[in-house]
Amino acid sequence: MALINKESVKKKMGSRIAANNFAKFLFILATSFSLLVLGVLLFRILDEGLPYLSLDFITSFASRLPERAGIWAALVGTIWIMTVTAPVSFILGVGTAIYLEEYAKKNAFTKFVQINIANLAGVPSIVFGLLGLTIFVRLAGLGSSVLAGGLTMSLLILPVIVVASQEAIRTVPKEIREASFGMGATKWQTIRRIVFPAALPGILTGTILALSRAVGETAPLLVVGALAYVAFVPENLLSSFTVLPIQLYNWTSRPQEDFHMLAASGIIILMIILLIMNSIAVYIRNKFHKRF
Amino acid sequence: MDITINKKSVQKGKEEQEVTPVFNINNLNLWYGQDHALKDIKFDIPEKQVTAIIGPSGCGKSTFIKTLNRMVEMVPIVRMSGEIIYRDKNIFDPKYGVEELRTQVGMVFQKPNPFPKSIYDNVAYGPRIHGIKNKKVLDEVVEKSLRGAAIWDEVKDRLNENAFGLSGGQQQRLCIARCLAIEPDVILMDEPTSALDPISTLKVEELVQELKKEYSIVIVTHNMQQAARISDRTAFFLNGEVVEYTDTSTLFSNPSDKRTEDYITGRFG
Ligand SMILES: Nc1ncnc2c1ncn2[C@@H]1O[C@H](COP(=O)(O)OP(=O)(O)OP(=O)(O)O)[C@@H](O)[C@H]1O
Ligand SMILES: [Mg+2]
Repeated sequence: MALINKESVKKKMGSRIAANNFAKFLFILATSFSLLVLGVLLFRILDEGLPYLSLDFITSFASRLPERAGIWAALVGTIWIMTVTAPVSFILGVGTAIYLEEYAKKNAFTKFVQINIANLAGVPSIVFGLLGLTIFVRLAGLGSSVLAGGLTMSLLILPVIVVASQEAIRTVPKEIREASFGMGATKWQTIRRIVFPAALPGILTGTILALSRAVGETAPLLVVGALAYVAFVPENLLSSFTVLPIQLYNWTSRPQEDFHMLAASGIIILMIILLIMNSIAVYIRNKFHKRF
Repeated sequence: MDITINKKSVQKGKEEQEVTPVFNINNLNLWYGQDHALKDIKFDIPEKQVTAIIGPSGCGKSTFIKTLNRMVEMVPIVRMSGEIIYRDKNIFDPKYGVEELRTQVGMVFQKPNPFPKSIYDNVAYGPRIHGIKNKKVLDEVVEKSLRGAAIWDEVKDRLNENAFGLSGGQQQRLCIARCLAIEPDVILMDEPTSALDPISTLKVEELVQELKKEYSIVIVTHNMQQAARISDRTAFFLNGEVVEYTDTSTLFSNPSDKRTEDYITGRFG
């Protein structure tokens, strides 16, 4: 006698397929909802911001008069902060990741450090601001400078870069490490010539995504003492500064309607920057995607 | 320890041959944690011959050949005792570095594992890590090694292409070429053909025959016909012990241990 009753299998078929379709419908609904909200947001910003968007807007300093105000100081400030944050967080982050993955003994202490790094990635950004204020601004005496701001931002994104780099290093197949060691390569040669190049695309993608998070952050820099109204660009690492999100925040909190529109224009610029950064990340990921 | 290994006969064969051993292994024991994976191994590996290692899965074949270049130490829980003498030197001597050992004792792995680099860079990797920068020398080494691995004609026009573009069999011969590029003395092969199709397997087997003129080869295989075809001596491993180790022809035609006989006639394993 057959163990499977063909009749009941047939009867079940209809409801199984219906459940399948229903699941698909639910997921489409969820996706459409997010897309809709995003669409409305984009439409409002473009609607408000496009009229003010011009070359003058980009190259002018902030002003009391909406017609003359621009984001030059904030844009340059953001670039300054990034030129400090990017190398510092990359070197420290990748170094830490290599140490943890390749050198650290797999003991309880390493595990403890590991868990804490992962947790740090979830700590509110304002906490990093306070840390930066204490260490860089006050203790190190850097004041509310580009350097202090950039270092604070490095701290903020460091955990993310460490975790992303560790993931990338872990995906390098054990087989090719063995091949390298098997030929008499030292650990450092294996890391430098095999592991690092193979992990680099993943590391860069993670770093760029972390940096683009830093570009949009306001809170830590406010705490560190970034200015809200600046009519000059930073001249060196110890100059005071502002950045795009702070400038935008400043404009949106003013009563005049015109400044809100300026803020929308600024948001468009900020979004373009983020879009470019994310595209670079995607490009790197696709271009260097290696088959293992 | 006594250094009487030169010209010492390679144990137990029916007719005692005079062959220089490259490796003398004595009382080798190895544990993975509590798991006793190699038990009192005594083994000599002759020079410029092919030594095959057969035995059922999990009997310690891979573990054994990985002790010869100390790759087994990459597993953190490994403990070892006993001695392995490679050309008069104890490889566990702290003064004898693993890097030095591994430039003499190369390894080809079960799965082809080329680096994600060009064919040229794969082969040049070994010489480069040993400090050779001269482009002309590198070019020569690459060509010689690829010829040695019988793959030169297939890749000579695409040396700068990524090694992943090669077929599995070609990748494995590339890995052999990569190993030859450091001009080793001994080549360890852990089931080098198990991931390959019959034609590629045949090519690798022919290659092994060719290579033994210059190199001493230790090859692990699951395929008894392969062991019979290409090796001079064969060892049968079981549960971490060497049950029988003798001339290949003797082992297959006239095994002295009942367990060997059962295994080679397919009664277990
Ligand atoms: N990394 C490891 N950690 C713990 N135990 C291991 C490890 N590698 C191997 N062993 C154990 O050691 C024993 C011998 O394993 P080994 O890989 O040497 O067998 P093998 O003869 O090569 O088998 P196969 O023919 O399947 O490749 C097995 O019992 C295995 O479980
Ligand atoms: Mg094995």
